[in-house]
Amino acid sequence: MESSNYISKYCIIEEHSVFVNGRKQFASEPVPFTEFAKAVYKDFGMDYPKFFKMDSLSKLAFLTAEIILEDIAKPGEENNNIALVFANRSSSLDTDAKYQDSIQDKKDYFPSPAVFVYTLPNICIGEVSIRHQLKSESAFFVFDEFPSEFMKNYADVLLATGKAEKVVCGWTELYREKYRSVMYLVEKQGKTEHNKEIINQIYTNSLWTL
Amino acid sequence: MDALKQELKSKIIEVLNLEDVAVEDINDNDALFGDGLGLDSIDALELIVLLDKEYGIKLTDPKEGKTIFQSIETMAAYITANRTK
Amino acid sequence: MMKNVYITNTNCITPLGFDVDSNWEALLQGISGIEKQNGFGPLESFYASVIDTHKLEASFEQISSGEGFTKLEKMLILALKPLINNTIITNRTAFLFSTTKGNIRLLEDGNNTVEAAYLSALAKKISTYFGFTTEPIVVSNACVSGILAIAIAKRMIQAGMYDNAFVVAADEVSEFVVSGFNSFQAMSPEPCKPYDKERTGVTLGEAAAAVYISSDEKEAVANSMKIIGDGAVNDANHISGPSRTGEGLYRSIASAMSEAKIEKGKIDYISAHGTATLFNDEMEAIAFNRLSLENTPVNSLKGYYGHTLGASGLLETVLAIESARRNQLIVSKGYNQSGVTQPIRIITANNSQEINCFLKTASGFGGCNTAVLFEKVN
Repeated sequence: MESSNYISKYCIIEEHSVFVNGRKQFASEPVPFTEFAKAVYKDFGMDYPKFFKMDSLSKLAFLTAEIILEDIAKPGEENNNIALVFANRSSSLDTDAKYQDSIQDKKDYFPSPAVFVYTLPNICIGEVSIRHQLKSESAFFVFDEFPSEFMKNYADVLLATGKAEKVVCGWTELYREKYRSVMYLVEKQGKTEHNKEIINQIYTNSLWTL
Repeated sequence: MDALKQELKSKIIEVLNLEDVAVEDINDNDALFGDGLGLDSIDALELIVLLDKEYGIKLTDPKEGKTIFQSIETMAAYITANRTK
Repeated sequence: MMKNVYITNTNCITPLGFDVDSNWEALLQGISGIEKQNGFGPLESFYASVIDTHKLEASFEQISSGEGFTKLEKMLILALKPLINNTIITNRTAFLFSTTKGNIRLLEDGNNTVEAAYLSALAKKISTYFGFTTEPIVVSNACVSGILAIAIAKRMIQAGMYDNAFVVAADEVSEFVVSGFNSFQAMSPEPCKPYDKERTGVTLGEAAAAVYISSDEKEAVANSMKIIGDGAVNDANHISGPSRTGEGLYRSIASAMSEAKIEKGKIDYISAHGTATLFNDEMEAIAFNRLSLENTPVNSLKGYYGHTLGASGLLETVLAIESARRNQLIVSKGYNQSGVTQPIRIITANNSQEINCFLKTASGFGGCNTAVLFEKVN
């Protein structure tokens, strides 16, 4: 699809570090993910107690989206034209395995509704939508690898058909202690072209700066 | 009864992941839902599991939860009267 | 100008039959796949709509002698096989797979690694079986997955990335989902009753469904269904409960209608979600009223199939297409007396009626909603 859209911001969270537009903004000691996530939350001055109820995948998506959306979607206001298109490899398997553990022993059988609800990968989209009041288009996909061409085309078609004014594309992968979240904002105006090469550079964190 | 209330407060904080809430912050008669602790419907379901797991009480009608989970006071009273473990 | 996109071929594998015709006959006779079940963990007895394993094996043996397929994989292959027989797969043919939990049952056996349950691995296995050359697209959006995949396929064809697409969806009844829905106090103690006053919750089910989608005008013969509009808008309200005002569903339908450029009077029939939980059905009634669709005939097929999760949207679309092809409405099974506060026109008799345009909707955990509008090619 012919594209005249642009990428205006991107954020990467991996290996206990946070990069915004290519610059490292935060790094912690190599601690477990939940500790690292809490440290990011505090460091960026976030205030949203529901964060602590989320599973790890939702925390990862939430933190990245929080950084992408901070200037353009004020919490509490309606932001209806910003679509969310997320994908990953491991779906919700990290939480699925935890939930399965809770029903494995028939003598100690107490399935938790608060864990079960997170056994769907799109719940992280729900969490971000609630936080920023995004009554907007959204979809969650599972791919073996980051689908740069698919992501590009899907974002372009949402913008071309008027289903969205802006699109946040994200790869939010988390399984056990391995995590990697890459998100970028696609808009109709800007300087950095929205094309497959640039998207791949962002994904590999090799685009120098934005 | 006081020991049970203390125990309930710390269990609720732990099970419901209430960050930055301490046992001392919860008064016995504070509303757990709505304006008080601000718990929601998933928390209510989780409290039903807690009753079963820790005190051997099975709530078959979730609507009962509304009155039982009003406050720490009402929860403790219900548990004292109905616990099987 | 965007390309026209059509559904030209369909199939489904359910407890009521392993092709569309047998399913249609069962619906006409009011037969439900829901039966009392045991053997899904400690939950003693509950209702669900489950595919007979022996019948499935017998059917599968006719097309493949290969071992090493799970029940879900057999359902998927059986659903897709007849559609693929008629079509040439190219490097511009998309393969979309919708599911919520895929092969999650593999985790019940502690000897399997968690990695065995990867959705992309399952998608690859099916894709390789049929010889697709493009990367499989797995759509995992809770209970809207099946219908959302149709919207995604249409959008990606219109974006020019593909010429045509096979969409397949499946989910099975597992201890994982049974225990989870039960912990949510969401399971009905008797077969579910969508929109009814006495409804008490969900009945789970399992099924696979498949459709072929094409932008080739030559393939759009009579009784093909043109996909004329879609929307998939989040409630931004709660991760497990629907919006009380039906906001996301309302906006999804409005988005589909505005794309299709049609007025409400053009919609002849709504195939709704109707899970039979108190909040879902009420929310749908509110959303339909907000769009002045309260006089449009509506049904839920959950009374026949239970809630087949990620498959439900696609399965129900396949049967709604059949309703349109045959110009016949199907009774919303389990409904007796209205249990929603807003008036909606629940179908209570298998009446004949011209159906040229219908709406399919679904809503699910995470606040997701999807609406797709279809128009019959005459």
